[in-house]
Amino acid sequence: MSDVTPRLAVQKTYKLYIGGRFPRSESGRSYQVSDATGRFLANAAMASRKDVRDAVVAARKAGPAWSGASAYNRGQVLYRVAEVLEGRRGQFVDEVVAAEGLSVGTATSLVAAVVDRWVWYAGWADKLAQVVGSSNPVAGPYFDFTVPEPTGVVGVVAPQSSSLLGLVSVLAPVIVTGNTAVLLASERRPLPAISLAEVLATSDVPAGVVNVLTGRTAELTPWLAAHMDVNALDLCGLTDTALAHAAEEAAADNLKRVLRPSTADPDGRAEPDWSAEPGLERMTAFIEHKTVWHPVGI
Amino acid sequence: MPHYAGAVPLLTEPTLPLDRVTDVVSTDASLRRFLHGLPGVDQVGAEARAAMLSTRSIKTAAKQFAIDLAISIIDLTTLEGQDTPGKVRTLCAKAQRPDPSDASVPAVAAVCVYPDLVAVAKAATGPSGVKVASVATAFPSGRASRAVKLADTADAVAAGADEIDMVIDRGAFLVGRYRAVLEDIVAVKQACGTARLKVILEVGELATYDNVRRASWLAMLAGADFIKTSTGKVQPAATLPVTQVMLEAVRDFRAATGRMVGVKPAGGIRTAKDAIRHLVLVNETAGEEWLDPRWFRIGASTLLNDLLMQRQRMTTGRYAGPDYFTVD
Amino acid sequence: MKFEYAPAPESRAIVDIKSSYGLFVGGEFVDPVDGHRFKTVNPATEEVLAEVSAAGPRDVDAAVQAARGAYTRTWQRMRGAERAKYLYRIARIMQERARELAVLESIDNGKPIRESRDVDVPLAAAHFFYYAGWADKLGYALSGREPRPLGVAGQVIPWNFPLLMLAWKVAPALAAGNTVVLKPAETTPLSALLFAEICQQADLPPGVVNIITGAGDTGRALVEHDGVDKVAFTGSTEVGKQIARSVAGSGKKVTLELGGKAANVVFDDAPIDQAVEGIVDGIFFNQGHVCCAGSRLLVQESVAEDVLSRLKYRLTTLRVGDPLDKNTDVGAINSAAQLERIRELSAVGEAEGAQRWSPPCELPERGYWFPPTVFTGVSQAHRIAREEIFGPVLSVLTFRTPAEAVDKANNSPYGLSAGVWTDKGSRILWMAQRLRAGVVWANTFNRFDPGSPFGGYQESGYGREGGRHGLEAYLQ
Repeated sequence: MSDVTPRLAVQKTYKLYIGGRFPRSESGRSYQVSDATGRFLANAAMASRKDVRDAVVAARKAGPAWSGASAYNRGQVLYRVAEVLEGRRGQFVDEVVAAEGLSVGTATSLVAAVVDRWVWYAGWADKLAQVVGSSNPVAGPYFDFTVPEPTGVVGVVAPQSSSLLGLVSVLAPVIVTGNTAVLLASERRPLPAISLAEVLATSDVPAGVVNVLTGRTAELTPWLAAHMDVNALDLCGLTDTALAHAAEEAAADNLKRVLRPSTADPDGRAEPDWSAEPGLERMTAFIEHKTVWHPVGI
Repeated sequence: MPHYAGAVPLLTEPTLPLDRVTDVVSTDASLRRFLHGLPGVDQVGAEARAAMLSTRSIKTAAKQFAIDLAISIIDLTTLEGQDTPGKVRTLCAKAQRPDPSDASVPAVAAVCVYPDLVAVAKAATGPSGVKVASVATAFPSGRASRAVKLADTADAVAAGADEIDMVIDRGAFLVGRYRAVLEDIVAVKQACGTARLKVILEVGELATYDNVRRASWLAMLAGADFIKTSTGKVQPAATLPVTQVMLEAVRDFRAATGRMVGVKPAGGIRTAKDAIRHLVLVNETAGEEWLDPRWFRIGASTLLNDLLMQRQRMTTGRYAGPDYFTVD
Repeated sequence: MKFEYAPAPESRAIVDIKSSYGLFVGGEFVDPVDGHRFKTVNPATEEVLAEVSAAGPRDVDAAVQAARGAYTRTWQRMRGAERAKYLYRIARIMQERARELAVLESIDNGKPIRESRDVDVPLAAAHFFYYAGWADKLGYALSGREPRPLGVAGQVIPWNFPLLMLAWKVAPALAAGNTVVLKPAETTPLSALLFAEICQQADLPPGVVNIITGAGDTGRALVEHDGVDKVAFTGSTEVGKQIARSVAGSGKKVTLELGGKAANVVFDDAPIDQAVEGIVDGIFFNQGHVCCAGSRLLVQESVAEDVLSRLKYRLTTLRVGDPLDKNTDVGAINSAAQLERIRELSAVGEAEGAQRWSPPCELPERGYWFPPTVFTGVSQAHRIAREEIFGPVLSVLTFRTPAEAVDKANNSPYGLSAGVWTDKGSRILWMAQRLRAGVVWANTFNRFDPGSPFGGYQESGYGREGGRHGLEAYLQ
């Protein structure tokens, strides 16, 4: 006797990623995510302000160990992420095809670029200080040097369009220098971000270093922007100029460092060209330079 | 307006009473522990402080005061192989009456000579109040047995020296044989009888301010009445930062033990400006109590004439010329 | 023997203060169009020094237009090597007129002549020398980017180091090819106006540097002006936040150098005499009107009594009085308003239970004066341990372990500077890594150099001034 019933697929539940765990939103809310053609893909958790709060606590808690790890160690951990990504390329191709409506061919090369981008940033972990740090020849008997240090907890509004390449292009530069991140995934294309979180959770990235929230950008951004324990904001994915303006104003309350959305387009809708080599800007936006002086004598 | 608590002594209670000093000096190990437990000296910070104090602008009445004070604390010195009784008598005359044309110029504190010329100096100074100091202990190297050093000292004391300027065993100090250095000083102090003992650290051979501070304390623990920078035969000798470190040591030693010790920079102080800078240092580091020939001396030879020239400039209002002052 | 230092006043004859000043716009001194006049006084005597113009909105606009014109027509197009020579020229003139600048600064600001002569003016000239050399080497300043100037920089500076802050702002901006509109502080406009004369003397093309005097309104109009591409501000955190809000959404590039409440951490193995000097330098340098002042002394409990007794002894030798006297260590408080704030916070310190102490010192009858003051028995919860007093007031706290020192030092929304005193090398580096501050002075304090980047973490602002990093703030 043979069973002719076709196999029923196991559907994936997409949850939040906070402090190394995958909880549902504390609010119990979720929202429907569709593919590029409008077909239902999955339900995603709709994070609340309390999830933002919890994610910031987790990110703050993870900060000392992550920033205190050696740059070599951070580089190793991030390279490990690339290794795990490489093994899951197929899954990400499917998700990008679904999210962004790309052809399989285009998506395949895009995912390859994602892995390569991650490797590129991983390599910076133990080199950036040599490029942006300095030994300063002061007019006196002092040894004086400047080193970059992470800014702290960085809130990242991920790009709305480029759900994976754009995502890693804003996330990797934040954490490679030792910051921890609270990331708001693309509102309409959040699924690759959660899959990336699953990669991070299984590749030695300590819990809390990256926290991923899905939900309404307009609802969550103001909480993130006003949070007094967040040190910096990357507003890359804020397509709404008024919202971006308000976020920047709120950020002033504790003088967060703000990386503004690209203003190349008058509607602020232009996303950077993610295929280009990034440069240092997204890393240097979230570091502090510390200068240390010491006398030279006997 | 704020309430003033008044001037503050450095420490209210001695933390190192004399019975504890006995413990501290009892072994090489305990001495080492104590000396190496003293706070370090940061070279750059110490020199910056001395440089800042040397910018003090001492003018008019303050300058007149400082010049006369500087004259009165000089140990007028001749320590040459070619010294003779004649040279020493001339020096003593100058010590008592630095400017023959002006009786208001004070006498210097002391003359400083080799032991074999003490008797000559003593006779020449007579009852003038100018003290006779003698270097001893195989000056300037100090490389002799303790017996020789003590004999050298006894010789000078017997000839009438009021003050003895001894040198420490820098070799022993640099290899950490602190007890040996201390015992030398204790023995010489005993040989001095009532003569006051100045202990020369020879800072130019100690190389670091940390060593200067430790050697200062070592000398004071051993009973020195004065700590003195240099023999004048080794460079660098008396610099402002070195004097400052030693002034901090006597200040702290007094606070810790209640006993006051003097400081004598010697070697390299040649101009009135240098001398006044040292007085400012005393004033703002150890305090005004040390501004007294009993507690602060400057060992010098050519300094006196520069002070006299500056003094005459202040009284006459015109610049003086060296031909109007005696060469020795 | 009592050694009294006779008065040693620096002569005022070298400076020629005019009775009134216009605004420096487009290379000329002009009368304000819609502004008004205000007086600047000598804080040591309350004597009125001069009448100065407060620029109104139209005056600000004229200055920004002048800067824009000079930017597009001249400065941006000029070869870097030529710009460099202008900056070298300015540096040299500042050195030649150093005594004049120092005396003027002390008269207008109240700071001791020893500091204006030995610190402010030489460092200001050094900044021009340093950045002059960058003007034709910009291609080496940024990694992987083609350097381009930003355009017109609107710069607002404080009253604590008027000329030095001007140099920190103007020198890198001009080297990078920008033109500037600078607003000096309301209470200390005179050295900036003398600097305007120096620009004329150097034949700097008109409009490259514009100096508009005035108060907060003028500053706000400048910062918010649409024609300004870059805002650089040094001052209070409160105003810094207002600026950050006002430029939101504008795309203007901003650097902010704001307040601080620096911890100066003294361990039991510190070089104690130098540490005491560092504490004194940290909080009484420039009357404590220093954003990076070491206003919180954190001393290890095992040596707290000893350090305090040495500190108090040392403070009895501080010479408070006439800023022009060459032996003065602590001068006048810059303004009546600042004096009021210092008094108020000190009163709060007492009311909250901290013990207040000052050395005996006679303060002049006229002018704005406050004695060097130390508060002991201060806890983290006291306002004097948290708020910037910006005056000669030290709050003393204690700690037991290195970790506790770090926790207490970092327990502040500020993060500008910190000090560490210990003879143990590895501990210095351990502390330096953990202190959340843009500048860490180990076994020293309050050192500045044009080549050394300076700036804060957190609410002490963002961006760096000094060094290659300072140049980056003026390039895109």
